[in-house]
Amino acid sequence: MVKLLISINRKSGREPLIARTVMETGVLINVERAHIESMTGQVLIDVPAADADKVIATLERQHAGVEILEEAVRRDEQECVECGACISVCPQEVISFDEDWHLCMKTENCVLCGKCVEACPHKALSLRK
Amino acid sequence: MQKSLDTINDRIRDGTVRVVTAEEMPNIVDELGEEGALKEVDVVTTGTFGAMCSSGAFFNFGHADPPIRMQRVWLNDVEAYAGLAAVDAYIGAAADSETRGSEYGGAHVIEDFIAGKYVELRASSTGTDCYPRKTITTELLLEELNQAIMVNPRNSFQKYDAATNTGDEILHTYMGTLLPGIGNVSFSGSGVLSPLANDPAHKLIGSGTPLFLCGAEGMVVGEGTQTSPSKGYGTIMTTGDMNEMDTKFCRAATFTGYGASLYVGVGVPIPVCDLETVRATAIRDEDITTSIIDYSVPSRDRPTVKEVTYAELRSGRIDLGGEEVRTSSMSSFAKAREVAEELKGWIETGKMECNLPVRRVNAAKAAGPIRQTHRTPRVREIMNGIAPCIRSDETVKAAAKALMKGETNHLPVTDNNNQVVGIVTTYDTSKAIVLEKPDALVSEIMSRKVVVTNPNEAVDVAAMKLKKHNISALPVVDENGKPVGMLTAIDLGKLFGGKWKW
Repeated sequence: MVKLLISINRKSGREPLIARTVMETGVLINVERAHIESMTGQVLIDVPAADADKVIATLERQHAGVEILEEAVRRDEQECVECGACISVCPQEVISFDEDWHLCMKTENCVLCGKCVEACPHKALSLRK
Repeated sequence: MQKSLDTINDRIRDGTVRVVTAEEMPNIVDELGEEGALKEVDVVTTGTFGAMCSSGAFFNFGHADPPIRMQRVWLNDVEAYAGLAAVDAYIGAAADSETRGSEYGGAHVIEDFIAGKYVELRASSTGTDCYPRKTITTELLLEELNQAIMVNPRNSFQKYDAATNTGDEILHTYMGTLLPGIGNVSFSGSGVLSPLANDPAHKLIGSGTPLFLCGAEGMVVGEGTQTSPSKGYGTIMTTGDMNEMDTKFCRAATFTGYGASLYVGVGVPIPVCDLETVRATAIRDEDITTSIIDYSVPSRDRPTVKEVTYAELRSGRIDLGGEEVRTSSMSSFAKAREVAEELKGWIETGKMECNLPVRRVNAAKAAGPIRQTHRTPRVREIMNGIAPCIRSDETVKAAAKALMKGETNHLPVTDNNNQVVGIVTTYDTSKAIVLEKPDALVSEIMSRKVVVTNPNEAVDVAAMKLKKHNISALPVVDENGKPVGMLTAIDLGKLFGGKWKW
């Protein structure tokens, strides 16, 4: 699966962007997060890797900005003390300890909810802008 | 068999000492037996690295010319306590910056000093004959101070209560983010490596015991504030020279919605002189139990949800009422290990020797609550006890009439069993009337998410609810959920100028 971060402006925001993309490509899109404001919005979707190009092309034709999301949440290793305060607040179980109690992250599962950023006492976590 | 402290220190000096960490000790005791372990192991090193809010440092800045008696002192806009003579001050880790709030606090000043950064000192004074100067502003480095002595009143809790939240709102606490509906459990402490958990009788950790403090060779001052060793919650007061410290083992933190705190690395070397010490240091995470406390109850005596061991907490998941709940640690086990390993190196290379306490602390002690001579006001005392209600199956018009008659802006809505099921405001009824729906039912326009209080709730807690939800009134309900009154923002005004002195 590939995560795509779609940026929409006011113009495309009025169109049924996701629905039309599903109809045109026949690809089943999983919407993980959506944040729509009056002028702009962002939608995070999950699509099968093989269909990503098709979906991207269709979205871009509808004037949406599309970015392949590889590293959603970032950890500053200088700031992080590996306490683990972030672990249980993550709904996607992105963060865990390895057997030596070092922190490891499966960033591909991140849905940019930001709970861990707020929970980190050391400001070591940030979301990709 | 017994081993004297002199024997152990001789071995440290000639480099033959056998040091293990408290994490390695249990398996050694299993393998060699208690007698064998006593023969084999000379020193057990412990370690912990976590948020220790009750920490801080004394500074002596040196005299200025003309001299000033610093009566108020700020370091990077964080106020330090200056009710000491002339150019001394104490900064507390949990003090907030006056300009940046809890984003930056005393803990951050301490970290910045240790990191070798410039810190701005601002001080003011009324001026005296001997100290004529009234203000000073200057930038200082740690090495330029005469003294920078960390003195932490309460460090290294033997163990700590874990936290959860049975309520329906997210809580931001010093135990981290607690998700609603027992969404997670947060805990603190290094369990098997915890210094006091390896000396629960406080036989070897007392005044004068050498220790590792944030990378410096420090020592135990004596019992920590709020220590409760008889209940398994001992603490120690620690001290060390900030000039020897390393930011690797001393980190400032900010807990969202709570404030600043300092992550402190503490490790105590425990000389293994007798079988009692062997047994104490053979402790495992499985042997250390603690309580999971419900932080949704805004009271000192929060209910215990479950007793658990550190082994369960550290497994990442625990069972709570048939549900699997994930756990988070607020303290770093990786760093605690680093502390214990570093300390092991110090002992092996002869950098630190062992000592028995110059004076032991009282292990029978238990911390008590504060004696309260002034009653805290309860909702019962300021609420409006005659609060009109409306039933959910009545009309908007009836609600509007009741609001007017009661000269109020809020009406609790009740069902057939006289239970509060919603709330209707003048705004809701006005809106319905403007939309020409006077005959609509109250149930169609009411807010179903109603925040309530009860007569025995402390007014402070009720006021917090108003603030948190950005509302101006709370229906007061009894233990059966029946309405008995209303508490509005206006009622809070009764606290001022009357019999309540604040």
